[in-house]
Amino acid sequence: MEVRRVGDQAVLVLGAGPRSAAAIRGTVLELAASGSLPEPRDIVAAATSVLLDGLVGPGAVAAWQSRLEAAPLPELVPVDRNRGRQLTLPTTYDGPDLDRVAEAWSCSREAVVERHQQVVFLVAFCGFAPGFAYCVPDPALPEVPRRDVPRERVPTGSVALAGEYCGIYPARLPGGWQLIGRTPAVLFDPARERPSMLEPGDTVRFRVLG
Amino acid sequence: MSGLRVDRLECQVLVEDLGRPGLAHLGVPSSGALDPAAVSMANRLVGNRDHHAVLEVLLGGVRLIAEGSTRLAVVGAQVPLLVDGRPAEWGAAVSVPDGSTVEIGRAVAGTRAWVAVGGGIDVPPVLGSRSTDTLTGLGPPAVRVGDLLATGRAGPRPAGPVAAVPWSSYPDPLTVTLHVGPRDDWFTPESMERLGTSVLKVSSRSDRIALLLNGPPLVRRIRGELPSEGIVTGAVQVPGDGMPLVFLADHPTTGGYPVVGVVGRPGLARCAQLRPGDRLRFELTRQPGAPTD
Repeated sequence: MEVRRVGDQAVLVLGAGPRSAAAIRGTVLELAASGSLPEPRDIVAAATSVLLDGLVGPGAVAAWQSRLEAAPLPELVPVDRNRGRQLTLPTTYDGPDLDRVAEAWSCSREAVVERHQQVVFLVAFCGFAPGFAYCVPDPALPEVPRRDVPRERVPTGSVALAGEYCGIYPARLPGGWQLIGRTPAVLFDPARERPSMLEPGDTVRFRVLG
Repeated sequence: MSGLRVDRLECQVLVEDLGRPGLAHLGVPSSGALDPAAVSMANRLVGNRDHHAVLEVLLGGVRLIAEGSTRLAVVGAQVPLLVDGRPAEWGAAVSVPDGSTVEIGRAVAGTRAWVAVGGGIDVPPVLGSRSTDTLTGLGPPAVRVGDLLATGRAGPRPAGPVAAVPWSSYPDPLTVTLHVGPRDDWFTPESMERLGTSVLKVSSRSDRIALLLNGPPLVRRIRGELPSEGIVTGAVQVPGDGMPLVFLADHPTTGGYPVVGVVGRPGLARCAQLRPGDRLRFELTRQPGAPTD
């Protein structure tokens, strides 16, 4: 795998997309669990890469770099064979951008709702805000353009699409994603033992609320 | 309940500790005081543990009234400290009797001072930390006039001597080591060379999220968008306008602009003391594993 140094305590492993990054994350977790390498403080998957940060102690960065460089780019695992938790989010499909998504997918609003429930999503990574999960569908869905002008405030719980991702706004935030629905699920609560409902490696399905 | 009553406030004061590291994979920034080493030192001076919460005072101009006797220590920016109107020592444990007034004046040099109090500032922790994260709003709100900042139960005075707090110098321009990469290849070699020779100016829009810099813009070699990547504290990111910024403790966990290098931790703590208009120079290093400044 291609590995780049980031400062003196971190390395960046380069993949080929969000599912590839998720697979690399799996490899990193296995290596970390093997106990033969110093444990990173943070393992941060992102759109096409995985960052290992907080590699402290002499030789920690070099040890990880050489191990990861020697490892092959992992094969993509079918999303439903992932080892994370499997969650279902009740959703009301009444988003203001359903028509825009229907246009992008060349289908009806009803078909958007149908197709969104048929696929399983992998939580590839979190970012943008605490608990905001970037979920990739398997099988893939057509990409959706971002809004030209972002909204100043997207309501909490909004289920939204942009590019190849589906995401749920864990709080009232600015955002340029297309809103297709909303869920009453609390995505992020710092007082919970698991503050983020969705963590990298989890899979999620959406079901009409009712 | 003993604590410090905020009697007058002319500047931003936040509660900070060593932050909430290890949650970046959930989109939670590490946050925490911008100079963790200084905070640990201040805490040790008053007999606290390193992770106790302190006050982070921006530029200074605060008057506190002690409710219950305590001791405190001020480190970081060079600020005058008065207890009941009498000058008290910077960088040392100072006894504060019940009812006395503590004044932290305007900084003579530097930007951020940290005030450790016996027992630490006792606000409810959020995700294991009492730090205010200005990016996400996690942690306590900013300190306001009239607040009673409760303090925890003070431990015993440190038995042995505590290392002296170094009195920082403030060279102009400040030079810090920049570990080049991981995305320096997105910019022309000339731009990267210029980054190592130019003197950059700190923008007034800087905050705890990032130190924004003005200088010759970096020119892209690779066009297009970079898929977002994990970001480390100290990362120097270059947005579309070509002006570099240094990510500080409250930085977002991922970002979609290329990172050309990373400022090492000692340099980063000094960056936290820069004011708008101050000058900064990067000393580029490409050797992997080279010692930081």
